[in-house]
Amino acid sequence: MISANLSAVFYLISGVLFILALRGLSSPETSRQGNFFGILGMVIAITVTFLTIGNFSSGFLYVIVFLLIGGLLGAFIAYKIPMTAMPELVAGFHSLVGLAAVFVAISAYLNPEAFNLGSPGNIKLLSLIEMSIGAAIGAITFSGSIIAFLKLQGIMSGSPITFKGQHPLNALILISIIVLIYLLCSTQSSNLFWILLAVSFLIGFLLIIPIGGADMPVVISMLNSYSGWAAAGIGFTLENTALIITGALVGSSGAILSYIMCKGMNRSFFNVILGGFGATDQSTVSQNKEQKPVKSGNAEDAAFLMKNASSVIIVPGYGMAVAQAQHALREMVDTLKKNDIKVSYAIHPVAGRMPGHMNVLLAEANVPYDEVFELEEINNDFANADVAFVIGANDVTNPVAKTDPQSPIYGMPVLDVEKCKSVLFVKRSLSPGYAGIDNDLFYKENTLMLFADAKKMTEDITKNL
Amino acid sequence: MEIDPFIFRLSIFILSIFIGYYVVWSVTPSLHTPLMSVTNAISSVIIVGAIIAGLAGSSDSVFNVSSIFGFLAISLAAINIFGGFLVTQRMLAMYKKKKKDKK
Repeated sequence: MISANLSAVFYLISGVLFILALRGLSSPETSRQGNFFGILGMVIAITVTFLTIGNFSSGFLYVIVFLLIGGLLGAFIAYKIPMTAMPELVAGFHSLVGLAAVFVAISAYLNPEAFNLGSPGNIKLLSLIEMSIGAAIGAITFSGSIIAFLKLQGIMSGSPITFKGQHPLNALILISIIVLIYLLCSTQSSNLFWILLAVSFLIGFLLIIPIGGADMPVVISMLNSYSGWAAAGIGFTLENTALIITGALVGSSGAILSYIMCKGMNRSFFNVILGGFGATDQSTVSQNKEQKPVKSGNAEDAAFLMKNASSVIIVPGYGMAVAQAQHALREMVDTLKKNDIKVSYAIHPVAGRMPGHMNVLLAEANVPYDEVFELEEINNDFANADVAFVIGANDVTNPVAKTDPQSPIYGMPVLDVEKCKSVLFVKRSLSPGYAGIDNDLFYKENTLMLFADAKKMTEDITKNL
Repeated sequence: MEIDPFIFRLSIFILSIFIGYYVVWSVTPSLHTPLMSVTNAISSVIIVGAIIAGLAGSSDSVFNVSSIFGFLAISLAAINIFGGFLVTQRMLAMYKKKKKDKK
């Protein structure tokens, strides 16, 4: 058994290692080392906990058993999961953090002596406040993440579920949570603790159902943030520095990612949270544009255009991931490069279903990361490029965001694809994208539509090069 | 007068939010997905509380309600720890630089 002071120092060390783990992600070269720091921090935290308790009785054996069950399951999932399913995986993991926080809070509430928090029915006031806040946020994270998971997985429809009086109801429940925490702390009644948990589960569910599929990047980031605050709340209860530091890091990380995602869509955070986007706009759009002429071509035309180009910019979107076309795309690019054509990739902040999703998919297809550029880095290059190859993206290239103040996506930063000499647009049909808006790009002089499955079209073009 | 230890914890918390703010802004956007999976893994350091809860039972009754919740939380957090770090590792291994000589 080691002293409380010594263990506090070790928890501090593991907190610092977690900071370094995130710091490592500032560039791909240092990122692997960062991940190692993270693992080291976790090993230190767990080891120190065992040593501090110093109780290696029969309970210890069970701890190891449960640890291994979870660990094996986690490792199995990590190796099996396809990269296209990362958003679902992350949402699922958030729900587990939330539920773990709830469980720890429950056991601390039932057995406060083990945590030095007082006795049942007479828990220290401050600890009870911290504990109930941690448990409430944990419960919201859990049920919210479950809904996000179901929506991403397609088990639940991605369209927003709204009903009358939704916002007043949510506001009422949120107020009741605060009242419940107050009553719980003044009466110490265990009934109130269970009601608090039940109501928190309910609000997590209600908060996420009105949010549409296209807004999932914001939702995942937001739940990431919640899971951090829940951990921090429990960290205060346990008086554990590592947990407090980590909770604060994760909380601010998720908040920043939500902000970046909102900015990428030019929407305020509240606008996203209040939901309903995607379903409401459909009635007002696609009225008079049906009859416009569209130039469509085949793989040979596309191959011809690209062969005569000196620079090509690829604009991938979620459709590419759905069609599993990333490997075929890489092969096409390899062929282009053999012909001395300069190729780069342009990625919009909200391409894909979570922050950075497209980058991971391209990396999986062995695309070197120094050929992949963010919107601000590459947007000026479109004017000098010969061909833009849009594959599976739509709304993020729509020039209407710059020209039409009436459009629901007006003001959203978009890739200036239309400035290219010619645009190749791989798409199944002329149907509008997630935002439900017609894309002016389809009808431009210099646009050639390639109506086909993204993977098949890419392979055909490669054959014709 | 003595300062309540809570204030020290609060100081750590507030300062860590600021550290988090600056560190996360410096994360390159192409690594935002690994950032989410690694934050997932590290927030599961909550396992520390779960272990305390799991070991709280006396030697003759390992399973009381409180420690059962502890054991369950250990498994949940362990899924995240192993899953989170390994999947991050898997993703990061894919980020390679352009090979100058080959192809």
